[in-house]
Amino acid sequence: MIDMNSIASDVLAATPKTGPVNATEWKTQVGDETIFRTCAWSPPGCHPVGCGLRVHVKDGVVTKIEGDPEHPITRGSLCPRCLALKEYIYHPDRIVHPMKRARADRGKDKWVECSWDEATDLVANAALEITEKYGPETIAVFGGTGREANNWYPQWANLVFGTPNSVYAQPGWSCYGPRMTNTAFMMGGGYPEIDYAAKFPLRYDDPRFTPPEVVLVWGKEPLRSNPDGIYGHALIEMKRRFGTKIIHVDPRITWLGTRSEEVLQVRPGTDTALAMAFIYVLAHDDLVDHDFIDGWTYGYDELVERVQEMPPSRAAEICGVPEEQIWRAARLFGNAKPSSVCWGLATDESTNGAQLGMCLVALMSITGFLDAPGGTTLGMGDDQGNVVRDGGSISADEKVDDATDSTLELALKNGIMSPETWFTKRVGVDKYPCVGSVLWTVQPDEFLKACETGKPFKFHMTQFISSNPISCIAGEPQRWWKALREMDFNFACDLFMNPVIMACCDVFLPVASTIEHDGQVVTHYGLNSSFYGAENKCVQVGDCKSDIEIMRMVGKKTYPDFWNRFETDEDYNNFHVFRSWLPWETLRNNVVTMSDEEYYKYKTGRLRPDGQVGFPTQTGRVELYSYAYANFQEDPLPYYEDPAYGPVSMPNMMKEEYPFVLTSGARRQEFFHSEHKQVPSLRQISPYPEVDINPADADRLGIEQGDWVEIWSPYGSCRQKAKVTPTIKEGVVHAMHAFWYPEQDGNEPNLFGAFKSNINILMPTSVNAKTGFGNTFKSMICNIKKAEDNNDTNFPADKGIVLEASRQGEFEYQETWRPADSPVVDPIPYDEIISAPETPLIDNIVK
Amino acid sequence: MANALYIDYEFCSGCHSCEIACRNELEIGINDFGMKVLEDKPRQNPDGAWHWDYIAYPTELCDLCAERVEAGGIPACVMHCQAKVLYFGTIEEMTAKLAEKGSKGAIFVP
Repeated sequence: MIDMNSIASDVLAATPKTGPVNATEWKTQVGDETIFRTCAWSPPGCHPVGCGLRVHVKDGVVTKIEGDPEHPITRGSLCPRCLALKEYIYHPDRIVHPMKRARADRGKDKWVECSWDEATDLVANAALEITEKYGPETIAVFGGTGREANNWYPQWANLVFGTPNSVYAQPGWSCYGPRMTNTAFMMGGGYPEIDYAAKFPLRYDDPRFTPPEVVLVWGKEPLRSNPDGIYGHALIEMKRRFGTKIIHVDPRITWLGTRSEEVLQVRPGTDTALAMAFIYVLAHDDLVDHDFIDGWTYGYDELVERVQEMPPSRAAEICGVPEEQIWRAARLFGNAKPSSVCWGLATDESTNGAQLGMCLVALMSITGFLDAPGGTTLGMGDDQGNVVRDGGSISADEKVDDATDSTLELALKNGIMSPETWFTKRVGVDKYPCVGSVLWTVQPDEFLKACETGKPFKFHMTQFISSNPISCIAGEPQRWWKALREMDFNFACDLFMNPVIMACCDVFLPVASTIEHDGQVVTHYGLNSSFYGAENKCVQVGDCKSDIEIMRMVGKKTYPDFWNRFETDEDYNNFHVFRSWLPWETLRNNVVTMSDEEYYKYKTGRLRPDGQVGFPTQTGRVELYSYAYANFQEDPLPYYEDPAYGPVSMPNMMKEEYPFVLTSGARRQEFFHSEHKQVPSLRQISPYPEVDINPADADRLGIEQGDWVEIWSPYGSCRQKAKVTPTIKEGVVHAMHAFWYPEQDGNEPNLFGAFKSNINILMPTSVNAKTGFGNTFKSMICNIKKAEDNNDTNFPADKGIVLEASRQGEFEYQETWRPADSPVVDPIPYDEIISAPETPLIDNIVK
Repeated sequence: MANALYIDYEFCSGCHSCEIACRNELEIGINDFGMKVLEDKPRQNPDGAWHWDYIAYPTELCDLCAERVEAGGIPACVMHCQAKVLYFGTIEEMTAKLAEKGSKGAIFVP
């Protein structure tokens, strides 16, 4: 046994003696209890952080869940969501047997239990019939964010139903996708992350590590959200242990902001102007690494020329941040050695976000600290893995063919989906090929239009795994509600009843939680992995099954030739999930296997599939001037564009009817998006949704702390409670997202209060950037007033808010702003891709 | 020598982990707290700097996890604290920690 006192009594100074060698076994017997060591992922929803758990089990029932002090990243710590996991898995409302409901009873709580065999028959027969009648492409599979099912929803689509149409319903695919695209287009290397020694068994004591002197946290609250696998509190560890300074860019003052050296409180949606000004200052003061720029980047001079249009004086005016603060913060960043960039969701949720991402990639690079100790690390990012074998890294070109076939390749090879279906039936990627080039899904705004209009074809069936779009990621959820109600057949794999299932589904398949199935968690979805964690099955609850087992069961009934080869989840995991990672047994025994990836992978040929040095881009360099964007008819350099809805674009509307700028979606420790609302210990922390409003605004409108208020935009309204706080500027409000009330009546029209407090009712769809990415979730306009209560169901069918006249006016505006009838951008055939004029040979790059 | 908790409340992020970890350990009800996170809400000081403090403190239900400590462990709140700002030891050891920190620290003996 380890000496727990010595670890935690001064954990910051302690070197965790963890890793596979000297650690406690994954399963031990202590008296009449079995203690499992496991790494958490999902369900319930979370990012793949893989926090260490010790699960105590007696007679097949969990008695206690605590942190694992031997876990090298979390070292015994846990956030409230895992600490409340027992309340979640044994919740009386949890659904632990399959259920069905007659189609005519949608919206009514008339579910009846059925067997797994009957439930999966219903699903498979519906799919086969619809495939026969209308074609497999008329089936759509919805996935959400965070959960493991992120990995499975394209597999369900491509391999179980043979459809190319997997759907991430957020307008403009505005979570992670745009940042992945920026990374893929400009430098490769998976996903950039701040260096917190997360890959080394010795962590901060590894001699290779240098702590960052400054971390630039942009549009992100890592302490609450831990995206997308970062352990957010590492920022506090580094601040305390090394004095790491933080520059925080956020429209709100957050608690982390109060511990930051600089907080730049931007007007929502104007970040790109600020980021361009940062580059301006770095170039002006020559706070850049010319050796790195000359050797490893492309287009620096063009970038510097471009940012001349955005000196700090102009950015200050646009962003509402003092000019001298921009100079001061940018100099703090530019003088730091090393510096690191922590970019967040706000990069994605903006129509000008690709350009913000371009600036932030530049800020990671031109300082010379890309993939350097204490800088911004890169991953191999090779097809979500294939990077660890026998405990060590391998280069990306060592892939074994066949064993590493992608889901798409498997679907095509096994005749489950035809190439024609993939290339011509994936909705929206003809209009937005940029989205289609990086993501294997539909373009969601176009998909919604297809559902409503039947063009280019009508959809007949949907599945929901880890997605509750009516309560969470969809903009204009009322339109989605209407469209989904009309499908011939819908089903869901989940743990609790939710608004989308109650309103639309015909079959419910109950899913096992993170401690009820074997699996693997890889931080950052394998795109920049700190470690590979085993999820070990500790208990069985009801008849629940893992996502993979459910997929195998239905797969055997739809495409048996392919699926019959897998008898167990382990068969499938080893074939298609873990691939060339460690065999499952080894992963399990290790519990945590650190990736131990080296720095400077661009110097050692570990980023490029051909094994050459440099970056996997056309020029082999970090493309500050992006040919990839140019190929999608987007400006190859960053530019500033004001938000579609804001004081510059809509001065008259803001003067009169909608005087507030609305931003939304800041993360809470106690909830993962629409999840966890029924867990007592978590709901206690935030019983109601809250909208932040400045005291001066509240005073003027007669709003007091805790009052119910109505918030509305041209698209609809919702109600939340006022939180009067100086942390938000006058004229700006921030609203919580994804709030619904599982304790209320689930029958329509109430539908668990799905439409009462959902801020996305105010958010339009189809306000996308030229590339098809981006939305208005972080920068909308609204008005706000005191309301008496929150008793109004706000049910769309009663309100007539689906396509009411005022919203038509907005559509007209959208058409002017980004005309839909502009020529459709054709995907560019590979051999016609624009070539860089003076493509430097990889061999000539500085070594 | 009696035991105590020391908190570096400069860096208590207000995550509530200690409250739930404590409740799990003591097996007490949803409205009971052996540890409680208090908040001094955000405001700007006269010099413009932002003030916003959380501080976790033990209530009379806290027994400093006598059973865990007896078994060679540490209190549940200390182990689960995400910011690692809670420490457990004798009053003397904790006083030394406070002296070393010199600011925004506190010692609690429940």
